[in-house]
Amino acid sequence: MSTTENPTSHESDNTPESFEDPGLPYHRPRRADVDPKAEKKAERQVAALFGVSIVGTVVAIGSYMALDMTDEIDSIRFVNMAIGIGIFLAMIGIGFGAIHWAKTLMRDHEMVEERHELRSSEEGRAGAIQNLKDGAEDSGISGVKRRPVLVGTGVFAMLLAPLAILWPQIGNMGADWNTSNFGHTMWRKGMRLTRDPDGTPIKASDVTIGSAFHVIPEGLNELEHHKIEEKAKAVVLLLRLDPRDLKIPEGREDWSFDGIVAYSKICTHVGCPVALYEQQTHHLLCPCHQSTFDVSDGAKVVFGPAKRPLPQLPIAIDDEGYIIAQSDFHEPIGPSYWTRLSDTSDGLHADETEGSSH
Amino acid sequence: MGARVNTAAAGTANWVDERTSIGGFVKFFARKLFPDHWSFMLGEIALYSFVVLLLSGVFLTAFFVPSMDIVTYEGPLATMQGVEMSKAFESTLHMSFEVPGGLLMRQIHHWSALLFTAAIVTHMARVFFTGAFRKPRELNWLVGFTLMILSLAAGFSGYSLPDDVLSGNGLRIIEGVTRSIPIVGEYISYWIFGGEFPGEILIPRLFTMHILLVPGLILVLVALHLFLVFLHKHTQYPGGGRTDKNVVGLPLFPVYTAKAGGFFFVVFGIIALVAAIFTINPVWNYGPYDPSPVSAGTQPDWYILFVDGALRLMPGWLFDVIPMEWEIWGYTLSLNLLIPALIMPGLFFGFVALYPWIESWATGDRGEKHVLDRPRNAPVRTGIGVALITFYVILVMEGSNDIIANLFHLSLNDLTYFFRIGIFVLPVLAFWITRRLCIGLQRKDRELVLHGKETGRIVRHEHGEYQEVHEPLTDHERWVLVSYDDISPLEIEPEYNDRGVRRKGYRWDRFKQRLSRIYFEKRISPVTPEELEAAKHEHH
Repeated sequence: MSTTENPTSHESDNTPESFEDPGLPYHRPRRADVDPKAEKKAERQVAALFGVSIVGTVVAIGSYMALDMTDEIDSIRFVNMAIGIGIFLAMIGIGFGAIHWAKTLMRDHEMVEERHELRSSEEGRAGAIQNLKDGAEDSGISGVKRRPVLVGTGVFAMLLAPLAILWPQIGNMGADWNTSNFGHTMWRKGMRLTRDPDGTPIKASDVTIGSAFHVIPEGLNELEHHKIEEKAKAVVLLLRLDPRDLKIPEGREDWSFDGIVAYSKICTHVGCPVALYEQQTHHLLCPCHQSTFDVSDGAKVVFGPAKRPLPQLPIAIDDEGYIIAQSDFHEPIGPSYWTRLSDTSDGLHADETEGSSH
Repeated sequence: MGARVNTAAAGTANWVDERTSIGGFVKFFARKLFPDHWSFMLGEIALYSFVVLLLSGVFLTAFFVPSMDIVTYEGPLATMQGVEMSKAFESTLHMSFEVPGGLLMRQIHHWSALLFTAAIVTHMARVFFTGAFRKPRELNWLVGFTLMILSLAAGFSGYSLPDDVLSGNGLRIIEGVTRSIPIVGEYISYWIFGGEFPGEILIPRLFTMHILLVPGLILVLVALHLFLVFLHKHTQYPGGGRTDKNVVGLPLFPVYTAKAGGFFFVVFGIIALVAAIFTINPVWNYGPYDPSPVSAGTQPDWYILFVDGALRLMPGWLFDVIPMEWEIWGYTLSLNLLIPALIMPGLFFGFVALYPWIESWATGDRGEKHVLDRPRNAPVRTGIGVALITFYVILVMEGSNDIIANLFHLSLNDLTYFFRIGIFVLPVLAFWITRRLCIGLQRKDRELVLHGKETGRIVRHEHGEYQEVHEPLTDHERWVLVSYDDISPLEIEPEYNDRGVRRKGYRWDRFKQRLSRIYFEKRISPVTPEELEAAKHEHH
C-alpha cells in the first residue's frame, strides 16, 4: 500500500494515483491520564474487584466446608451452586480487575514495530543448502561416495520397524475378529419371547390388538458372557394388528400368528432401537433418524434414511400358549455392511435344535 | 524492603539466566506488540476453555472409573437403586451425588467442552472472513483446522465416557457408520470395540484417548499454533499507519499480560457461573446404557449435530424408486450411510482445510498479507463462507428436526423434505445474496468517500434549491474505505506461443484463470483521488 506521487497526465494539479496513508491517528488521553482524581478512582475500582475475588474464594471454601449434602437432589444442587458461585466470583474478580487496570491505568498509546519478511536471507539459504550438501557427502547419502544400499535398506528397515509393535497391538485389539457374528443372534427354534427387561414369557392371549411388547429372548438375563452384546442384536418388538389390516409378504404366511408379528427392534439404517409405535397408522418410527416402517406391510420403509425393511422373526405358539421363535432371523439384523448378503440365507438356522444358546 | 526484594529478584534472574540465557527471550517477548480488536479474543476463549478443561478434567479423573464391569447401584439416588450399570456410570453418579462440588466440576467440564468447540469454530470463521489465512499463515490455518478436528474427537470421546443410554446410542450410530465402510468396515468396527458392539473394553479405550492421546496432541498443536502466531506477528485490521510491513499495538508486558491473563479468569468465571446454574447432561435421568430403550428428542452435543442431521436428511430411497443401498456382486454398499456420515464431512472439511490454496490460485498473489480484509471487500470469499455456514446450519437444524417440528407444530416429514431440497438450493442462494450485499456495501463505501456523510442539515440556496449538506470524511475515515487491494482477474499466457508450440502447464493456468474470474470479474474498485477531485467539482 505504498503511495506513488506521480501526477496523472491529464490533471494539471498534483492529484496522486492513490490515497496516502494518513499515519496513526492522534492519541486521545483517557481521563485517568490527565485527572489525578480519576486515576485514584480507577485504582480503587481495581482494588475493589480484586477484593471481590478474595470474597469469592472464601465463599467457595466456606460452602464446601459448611454445607451438608443430603440424598436430596435439591441439596446437592444447592451445594454445587454455592461452590460454583464462589468460584465465579473468585475468578471474575481477578479477571475484571486486571482488565480494568490495563484499560484505565496502563499504556494505551499504540506502538509500532516493523515486520520482517519470513523468508531467510540469501546467505542463510545458501548456507543451509551447503550444510545439507556437506552432511549428505559425509554420510554417503549422496555425493562422490554414495552408498545406495545403506540408504535403501535403512529406509526400508525404518518403514518396517513400526509394524513390530503395531502388528501385535492392532491384531489383539479386535478380539477374535470373527465378524460373522454380525450375521446371527441368540434366537433359536422354540425359544420363548419374553418381556424386556424382566424376562417373563408372553402368552398369545396377553397380546391384545393394538398392543406392543418390547421383547428379549428367553434366557438372555441368565447369560454369563456377552449379555449386552446379545441383547443389542436380539431385541424384538411384538405387535398385534387386526389380521384384516395385515398384508403378509410372500413366503412368510406362517411367520405370524393371528395378527401377531415380531420384528427386530434394531433399525436397518444405523442401528438405533426403533422404539416408537404409532398404533393408528401401524408405523414404527426410529427416534434417532426418523426412519419409518409400516408394520402392516412387512415393515417396509415408508420414510427416512433406511432402505431395507426390519427383519421379521418367525413366531409360533407352543403347547402352553406362549409365543416362541421358529428360528433365528433369516438375515442379519441392524445396519447394512459389506458382507451382509453372505450372512443372509432363508432358513439359515431352521435346522438348529431348540433352546441352547451358544 | 523493596530494595531487598529487588536484589532477591535480580539474584534469581541472574541464576536462571546463567543457566538458560532466558534474558534474550524475555527481551524478545516482553514488549512484543499485539493489535487490539475484540475479534482477536475468540481464539483466546478457545485456549482458555481448554485450560479449564484440563483443570476440571484432572478433578474428574480422581473419581471416574473407566470400566464396563457391571455392578448393581446401591448409592443414594433413589431412582437408580438396584439398577444394573457399568462402573463407569456408577462412578459418574457417585461423583455427581456424593462428592461435594463433583457435579459442579462435571458441569464445568461439559460446558467448557461446548465452549471450546464453539470458540474454535467462531475463531475459524473470523480468520476466514478477514482473510487472515493468507500468506504466510496457510500452515497455521492447517494447524488450527487440525485442532478443530481434534476438539471434535475430544468432545465425542468424553461425551461417551459416562456410558449412559444417550451416549451409548451415539456410539451405536458410530458403529453402524464404521461398519458401512466397504471391505474393511466390519474389521475396523471389531478393532475399535474389541469385538461386537458394545463389548467390554470400549470405555477404557475411549478413556485413554480422551485423557492422553487427544489432549496430548492438542497441547502440542496449540504450542505450534502460538509459536507461529509469534513468528508471523499478529494480523491487524486496516487503518491509518497500519501496513503489511508493521504491527501497531500494545506490548505483551504489561498490557496484554493483564488483558489476556485477566480474560482467562473471566472465561473461567463465566463457565463456573453457567455450570453452577445450568444442568447439563443429567445422565441420572437417562439411565445406564441398555441397547433396548431410546427416547425421542435426543440430540448429540452440538458439534456432532451436523453429521446426525446429514444422516437424517439422506433418503433411503431417492424419489421412492432409486435405492441408496446397493447390492453389487453379492456385496452391500450403504450409500445412505457413506454419503452423509463419511463422504459429506470429508468433502466439507477437505474444502475448508484447502481453502487458503484455492484462494491463492485465484489471486495469483505472492506477497505476505498482514492487513486484514474487511469481509465486504472480498465478496466471493464472504459469499463462500456464508454458503458453508448455511450448509452447516441446515444440517444442524435437520439434526434437531424433531424438536423444531414439536416447537412450531410442523410436520417432521415436511421439514425433512424441505431441508432435502434446501441443502442444495439455500447455500447457493446464500452465496448469491451475500455477494450482492458485499458489493452493495462497497458501493456505499464509495458513495461515502465521494460525497461524504449525511449531516441532516438542509440548506436553501439563493435560487430556491434545497440541498442536504454533506460532510467530507476525515483522512483516517477515508483511508479505511479506500486502502484495499484492487485485484483484477488473472491474465495468462496464450496456449500456443508464436511458433505454434503448445505450452506446458496451460491447463493448470486456465483453471486458475477461471477461478480468478469467479473471484474478481465483478468487483468494485476503491475510489481514487482523481475520482474524489471530480466528485468535488461536480458538487459546485
